Amino acid sequence: MRVSAIKQRPSVRIGGFLGKATIRALTGLLLLCVVFPIAWMIACSLKTPAELINQPVFHLPSGFYFRNYSNAWVKGKMNVFYKNSVITTFVSLIFTVGFSAMIGFALTKLRWRFSGLFKLLFSFGIVVPVQMVLIPLFIMYNQLKLVNSLWGLIITYTGFSLSLAIYLYSGYMQAIPNEIMEAAVIDGCSVYSLFTRILLPLSKNATVTVLVVSFFSKWNDLIFSQTFISSTSLKTIQTGLLYFTNEFGSTEWGPVFAASTMAILPTIVVYSCLNKLVIEGMTAGAIKN
Amino acid sequence: MDRMLRDKKAIVVFLLPGLLVFAFVVLVPVVWSSVYSFYEGVVGIGLRFNGVRNYAQLFHDSQFTRSMLITLQYTAIVSGLQLVLGLLMSFLFAYGVKHKVTVRTICFLPVVLPVVAVGQLFGKIYAIAPMHGLINSLLDVLGMGKYVTAWIGTTETALGALCVQDVWMTAGFYAIIYYAGIVDIPKELVEAARIDGATGWHVGTRIVLPLLRPVIGTALIYSLSGSIKVYASAYALTGGGPARATYMLSMYMYDTAFKFNKYGYGSTIGVFIMLECLLFVALTNFVVNKRRV
Repeated sequence: MRVSAIKQRPSVRIGGFLGKATIRALTGLLLLCVVFPIAWMIACSLKTPAELINQPVFHLPSGFYFRNYSNAWVKGKMNVFYKNSVITTFVSLIFTVGFSAMIGFALTKLRWRFSGLFKLLFSFGIVVPVQMVLIPLFIMYNQLKLVNSLWGLIITYTGFSLSLAIYLYSGYMQAIPNEIMEAAVIDGCSVYSLFTRILLPLSKNATVTVLVVSFFSKWNDLIFSQTFISSTSLKTIQTGLLYFTNEFGSTEWGPVFAASTMAILPTIVVYSCLNKLVIEGMTAGAIKN
Repeated sequence: MDRMLRDKKAIVVFLLPGLLVFAFVVLVPVVWSSVYSFYEGVVGIGLRFNGVRNYAQLFHDSQFTRSMLITLQYTAIVSGLQLVLGLLMSFLFAYGVKHKVTVRTICFLPVVLPVVAVGQLFGKIYAIAPMHGLINSLLDVLGMGKYVTAWIGTTETALGALCVQDVWMTAGFYAIIYYAGIVDIPKELVEAARIDGATGWHVGTRIVLPLLRPVIGTALIYSLSGSIKVYASAYALTGGGPARATYMLSMYMYDTAFKFNKYGYGSTIGVFIMLECLLFVALTNFVVNKRRV
């Protein structure tokens, strides 16, 4: 069952019960509740300090005051936080995709006795609460000098994304018929080129889904970054945003809104381009095939 | 080909890198955490085996009890609303609206937003000083100035304000799950009921809802275990305040371990959170699978 596979409209309408106008009003209200706060934030990020103080907050901005953004970017060090987030997210995405594709291949196509057991072991990671691993991880990282290091974050993000990524890859690779592999083997493919030349290209959709879903979990992480990073120059977007708000505080709304908008921006861009895959990937664990 | 796919070396090559990272970040810490929960003292200075005393202490620790009750209250409100609103929205998606894809896509959007940014946003929505936030200034305009409140600065309203934020962020996720469940219901069933004269209301409550039972079970497991573990959204909005009115169990664990360096007791709370999640999963499974329609 896939959300995107659903084309036809169920034939029964509750419209008969509630009336079309009510339904339209409800839908409008729903959309307003979702969109309005976000739009309000963006609008406020463009207001001058005087506007924010003198006018009610729901007024539209009179112009585009981009000083908030440049303040947040340079003075608020959002440029540093952005860079750190981009590096950790990007590197751990590469590891996540590489490792989970390989394991997905090993679990579904290679033939060995304990593959079922390992599949179970990896899926165990989906249910482990972060709270359970945080303390030992911090102690381990402390001894291995991985505290205050982006590598510590990269390893953690990779490990924590693996379970869902492996689940997604396995489901996808399982469906690739063995006959394709047989043909390749007859043509002289080794087991390694079978993976790189056949399975991986055929699993392109799974790769995009894994990339997208783990992008959000890495970009939006707070608790790991908060625990393992204390140096300001290594903070990521989320911890940086908190630090930033504490510095600028409740008085300067403009830069806070600008910084929040900048933190949200990449997620909105990715979501606008790939929303179908995002929804499918994120609900994959909850919707059973 | 069979021999090639049984190649031991290849299996190791494909499995090992990911397995190492996974073991390092997930498996070892889980085991370690459970072991720690039986110790007391500070790592590096000296750990003492403490038996089950950490677990016994949980029941005499008033802050633990308080945080647990707050977390449970939060869970009841948030998971309840996720269920009700998620279902209502999914019905709207399935039977009501035009432009379904667009509506669905927009409703899912908050799910992907970074929680700290959302926390900042809602902090300003609830704000009272230095200027009135969105809610308070709307109250001003509507002539309801007497209802102006420091929504997240007052112990009575802070938890509710937090719940609103978190439901705003997550309702779309559950709506999509229920929607997928609704679409999976055979059309013939609904049509047959219509022909027999069932109204829209009856189709919804007597046919669709009961058939959604397994989907609701799965979603509840997600929702309950997610609420029990709540940390980031509360931390970003209220930081646990005011006067610890939103001080969740996970925050207490965090502070116990990293502020007061009581790793052993912190691990005990961590293990407790995990057990609580498992308990909720078991309970949900029991209720959903046992009670017949």
